Amino acid sequence: MATMTVIQLFVFMLAGFVGVQTINRIPPLLHTPLMAATNAISGISLVASLVLAGSGESVLATILGTIAVACATANIVGGFLITDRMLSMFKRTQTAVTENSGSRVSSAGSSS
Amino acid sequence: MSEILIQLAYLLAAFLFITALRALSRPDSARRGMQLAAFGMAVAIMATLFQARIVSYEWIVVGAAVGAIAGYPLSLWVPMTAMPQRIALSHAFGALAATLVGIGEYIIGFSGGTLVRSTVAALGLEVFFGGVTVTGSLMAFGKLQEILPGRPVIFRGQNAINALLFAACCFCVVWLIVFPTHVVIFSVMVALAVLLGVLFVLPIGGADMPVVVSLLNSYAGLAAVATGFAIDNNILIIVGALDGLSGLILAIAMSKAMNRSFANVLFGAFGSTQAATAVETAAAGEMSPTTTENAALRLAYAARVIMVPGYGLAVSQAQHQMRELGDLIEKRGGDVRYAIHPVAGRMPGHMNVLLAEAGVPYDKLVDMDEINDRFVEADVAIVVGANDVVNPAARTNPASPIFGMPILKVEDAKSVLVLKRGKGKGFSGVENDLFIDPKTSMLFGDARQSLLDLALQVKVA
Repeated sequence: MATMTVIQLFVFMLAGFVGVQTINRIPPLLHTPLMAATNAISGISLVASLVLAGSGESVLATILGTIAVACATANIVGGFLITDRMLSMFKRTQTAVTENSGSRVSSAGSSS
Repeated sequence: MSEILIQLAYLLAAFLFITALRALSRPDSARRGMQLAAFGMAVAIMATLFQARIVSYEWIVVGAAVGAIAGYPLSLWVPMTAMPQRIALSHAFGALAATLVGIGEYIIGFSGGTLVRSTVAALGLEVFFGGVTVTGSLMAFGKLQEILPGRPVIFRGQNAINALLFAACCFCVVWLIVFPTHVVIFSVMVALAVLLGVLFVLPIGGADMPVVVSLLNSYAGLAAVATGFAIDNNILIIVGALDGLSGLILAIAMSKAMNRSFANVLFGAFGSTQAATAVETAAAGEMSPTTTENAALRLAYAARVIMVPGYGLAVSQAQHQMRELGDLIEKRGGDVRYAIHPVAGRMPGHMNVLLAEAGVPYDKLVDMDEINDRFVEADVAIVVGANDVVNPAARTNPASPIFGMPILKVEDAKSVLVLKRGKGKGFSGVENDLFIDPKTSMLFGDARQSLLDLALQVKVA
């Protein structure tokens, strides 16, 4: 049991480092989609709710579990859909694609 | 299905989730990445359904159906301006799920006599973070949706009471670790956490919500981490850590952009407007108003134009009008960029989404750090519904309450056009030197109407 917890602490720490590295690379341009995305992904807590709702160990646990399943599912369904809806709005200038794909810095050349 | 296969499914899901977050670093790869993450989510859920502890499925189906039906309209019908409320609400949902799981697992463990100290410690933290996030997010939702008053509600000893509540919660967690079976203490802690969530958001004003929403995102993540520890589930720990850190990083970025130290944010001192005591140190001067015709003429013949949208733009729903004006200037050969201050909207990156929705290509949306050097070259900078984020006093006047706040260097532009409703002060109540600068012309009126008129005039110029 104790070793299990220690391993989990390692997982937590490593995931934390990966998280800092990954999230710091995300530009402010996409911070709102990022929030919606982490919301959708954190709907993974559904797996805990599923176990509680389906364990049938007590009526109260089942009720709590069912509400939790509904909340988590709403976050997953809503979260992924809204993230996709938002990301689909981010479009590049038509001409900029053909000109030069990575030219956000060149200010003068990209007017069309 | 064997436990190993379930765990491998979780491993795949974790991999896809991290890949999705990496894909979010570029707008062109982000969408595909999120679709892969959704696939990973489906795999993880399917695998979980085979878990040995699950013996009946009818309530799972009921819960999932209700959730799916609720989630669908919450995503497709919500306008982009309401995104902060929508995100706050989903934090509440996520945290409620975590809290209920925590309570449920505690009940099962209690009646089965299987409560172990380490598990109870995790459950305690889960319910604490979850409880605070549920009510905190609902409060944030209420304020953003304007169901509750948006102004800060302040009373004496507020911070002391919050600190006391927090200490009581910590005490309860410690107590539970020592005596895992004290149900009363567990219940008291749930109640205290829920109360703390309300009191913690109460003193925070509407414009400070970006920090709060980010911070609640972080707490929701921490609740998920605690769930993972409680039920020995690695993917919850991983996802919770990612979620928690993402919220924390955004909260720090936001508080920096709003000129508040993070410690200041954490201890709830924000929202209390220092502006009330602000001394008027701004240089005296007159604003010089201009006409639509004059302004349009200048825009029509400008080679480089930078648009500076503030939250006032979103309030008057004028994003489309701004984009149309920008398109017209571009059609005449001008180069148009949009300068985005980190706190231009009501949540991190909000203004980007609003302008992207209006059809502005994302390569024209430029972050503050990148665009600030380019104001010098701009012939005209158009400020729409922004005030504090363009106030040069933040850099020049140490006596100003907003001194030190990172701002868009609009005053470097060759000329400035400010679209403003009236002559009033900004959110912080500070005078803005930019408005009385000789090279600044003011165009008073509703932002939406002004932009429409400007576009009409540019068309015929």
